[in-house]
Amino acid sequence: MTVLQKKAHNPIGHLTPEDIEQLGVELDAIRQSVIDTRGADDAAYIRKVIDAQRKLELGSRAILLISMFPPAWVVGTAGLAVAKIIENMEIGHNVMHGQWDWMRDPKIHSTTWEWDNASPSEQWKHSHNELHHTYTNVIGKDNDLGYGIMRVDEDQRWVPFYTAQPLWNFVNACFFEYGIAAYDLELGKNLATKERRNDPEFRARAKVTLKKIRNQMTKDYVIHPLVSGPSFLNTLAANATANLIRNLWTHSVIMCGHFPEGVETFERKSIVGETRGEWYLRQMLGSANISGSKAMHFMTGNLSFQIEHHLFPDLPSNRYQQIAPQVQALFEKYGLTYTTGSLPRQVASAWKKVIRLSLPNNFGRKARAKVLPMLPVPTRRTVDDAAAA
Amino acid sequence: MSLTAPSTRPDRPSLRRRLVRLAERATTPLLPADYLDLFDPLRPGADLRGRIVEVHPETADAATIVIRPGADWAGHVPGQYVRIGVDVDGIRQWRAYSLTHGPRPDGFISITVKAVPGGLVSTHLVRESRPGTLVHLEQAQGEFVLPTDGGKFLFVTAGSGVTPVIGMLRNLYPVADGGVVRLARAAAYDIVVLHVAPSEPDSIFIDNLRALDAAGLIRLVARYDDEHGVLDVADLETLVPDLHERSTLACGPGGLLDALQDHHDARGLDLLTEQFRVTTLVVGEGGTVDFTGSSSGAGTTVDADGATPILDAAEAAGVLMPSGCRMGICFGCVLPLKEGAVRDLRTGAVTTATPGETEGSGVPIQTCISAAAGACVIDH
Repeated sequence: MTVLQKKAHNPIGHLTPEDIEQLGVELDAIRQSVIDTRGADDAAYIRKVIDAQRKLELGSRAILLISMFPPAWVVGTAGLAVAKIIENMEIGHNVMHGQWDWMRDPKIHSTTWEWDNASPSEQWKHSHNELHHTYTNVIGKDNDLGYGIMRVDEDQRWVPFYTAQPLWNFVNACFFEYGIAAYDLELGKNLATKERRNDPEFRARAKVTLKKIRNQMTKDYVIHPLVSGPSFLNTLAANATANLIRNLWTHSVIMCGHFPEGVETFERKSIVGETRGEWYLRQMLGSANISGSKAMHFMTGNLSFQIEHHLFPDLPSNRYQQIAPQVQALFEKYGLTYTTGSLPRQVASAWKKVIRLSLPNNFGRKARAKVLPMLPVPTRRTVDDAAAA
Repeated sequence: MSLTAPSTRPDRPSLRRRLVRLAERATTPLLPADYLDLFDPLRPGADLRGRIVEVHPETADAATIVIRPGADWAGHVPGQYVRIGVDVDGIRQWRAYSLTHGPRPDGFISITVKAVPGGLVSTHLVRESRPGTLVHLEQAQGEFVLPTDGGKFLFVTAGSGVTPVIGMLRNLYPVADGGVVRLARAAAYDIVVLHVAPSEPDSIFIDNLRALDAAGLIRLVARYDDEHGVLDVADLETLVPDLHERSTLACGPGGLLDALQDHHDARGLDLLTEQFRVTTLVVGEGGTVDFTGSSSGAGTTVDADGATPILDAAEAAGVLMPSGCRMGICFGCVLPLKEGAVRDLRTGAVTTATPGETEGSGVPIQTCISAAAGACVIDH
């Protein structure tokens, strides 16, 4: 794990290979304890959430039929935003992870689920479940590190394009669902050359995405405004606002998962021949939690338990909270840092990183070096010393 | 959540079609049905479901479960069975049970279930099921039905094999408050029931059979293993002297049915049999994996040992497989297991698929962490 070893304090330097394998065994035991007790209560939970979410959405859309009255607009928009967030986070994301496949209910299954989002579930499952969850925080392999448009780690090479990345990040947050769709299509890479643009496989996937986007937009910006009659424009605005709120919220939560300070990244070479214990360790160090109330955890789709989710992506989300103390105890036992903080703190931390890394690593040092020419400049400086500057 | 849009009938007025289309556009990526199901899961057009209205015990370990079927229930012929999906410990399980009433005036259907030792679903239905529970149904099926034009019959029933026969008899001889109703159409039937059970108290529906016997509508020959010894088919002619004039309908375990088949074949007699569980799964280490379906790998048989993921074994044999993380987290490699058993290489848990019991489309398995635990058939 070269990137880690470059650090002044290698966070895993004290662990022997035997320690790491033992850690894996203990995590497997936690996973098994959940699987052994998974049952009717868990099934009732997800069905209740789906039932409540759909009724909330129906109710909110019904209220928006008279959205020309401001109180109706406010209540309907808030309800719809909450319904869309639950649909994407606690339901969609988790169902598509296969967290509920064990129920063998074809209506709540990763292979049949489609979500209220621009990105078709098939493509999202590939880029998220296969790439991001397998290669978490491996530079050059995990495209979630900055989504290909941002520099969120010192080891990503700086180019002038990144100077504007605070702006890119804000724009991406507002249109996050389209950002995800573009990212799942690997649009940047696939539009770059004529050969890639004309690749039939890419064109087929792009067509599926465009159809999904058209359907989504027709629903929110044509059909529901039309049935609202005289409230047409109000409902249109309400739906756009609900989508914007959902985008900003999901973007913030997801930024907190891997971008805050304290989260480690890994080099491509470091995962060659990785054992199960090492894979677990990478997930532990590469993720960050959010602390807060029960309601906050629910609204993040329990992604506030990002560490537990990354260790066990296919365990039912309602169980992450329950196993979190056991996982945290393992961090302590093995002398590792369980990165967590309140939502405002973690969002601020992630944004700080985005802003800081919009400039080259040694930007601050160079500037200072000009002011103090007599200061001895180390011949070889580690990236993290520079980051601390 | 279903992905396929319901086909609208071309002969319906176009206004209706346009309304359906509009509703679909308003609910995408879900379907209008996903919302309607929240309020009325038994409505016309919904996936076929039913709601348990009554559970009443028949013996210490058997119960009759009365179900209100969804509006699209197409009816059944006595003797047919229904596949029913129930959630046991949160997991959807499918089993086939005989329908034990003929068509009823209240439109309900009923199944009678005997709790088999170790039987996950039967035990759940007998001991845990409660009125109000939603269950999943398929339309009635089965060729084991009584010919409609009368005749002389012998029913051989063993254990819970009596259930389809009870369905036929109840349809023929309905019991009202004043006793058994004698229908004109029933006069054309002459029925002997040879009922076999381990012991008298274990006998489901024995009271119904005795009442029909007492009313002179059927002749009941009851044989209990503990009292009379295990039935030997060679004794049939003694128990039923006019056997050669009768057509036999038999329902029970495979061994008895096989013996009856040999016995009847040797004498040139008519025999119709019913057995739900045809295949016995052998769970072991490794096995052959057959790929069926429409992919390029269909028709391939792969030998997989008990320690190798099916994904790896299939790829080594040249089958183009869907795959993802190869460590059991991404679910990119899921394929339906139609028949057979696989073992989760991480936990050792065995997942089985039995045609007629588990879901028709197969049990989805993660091929990257599942090894063959016996012969398997995978749809791909």
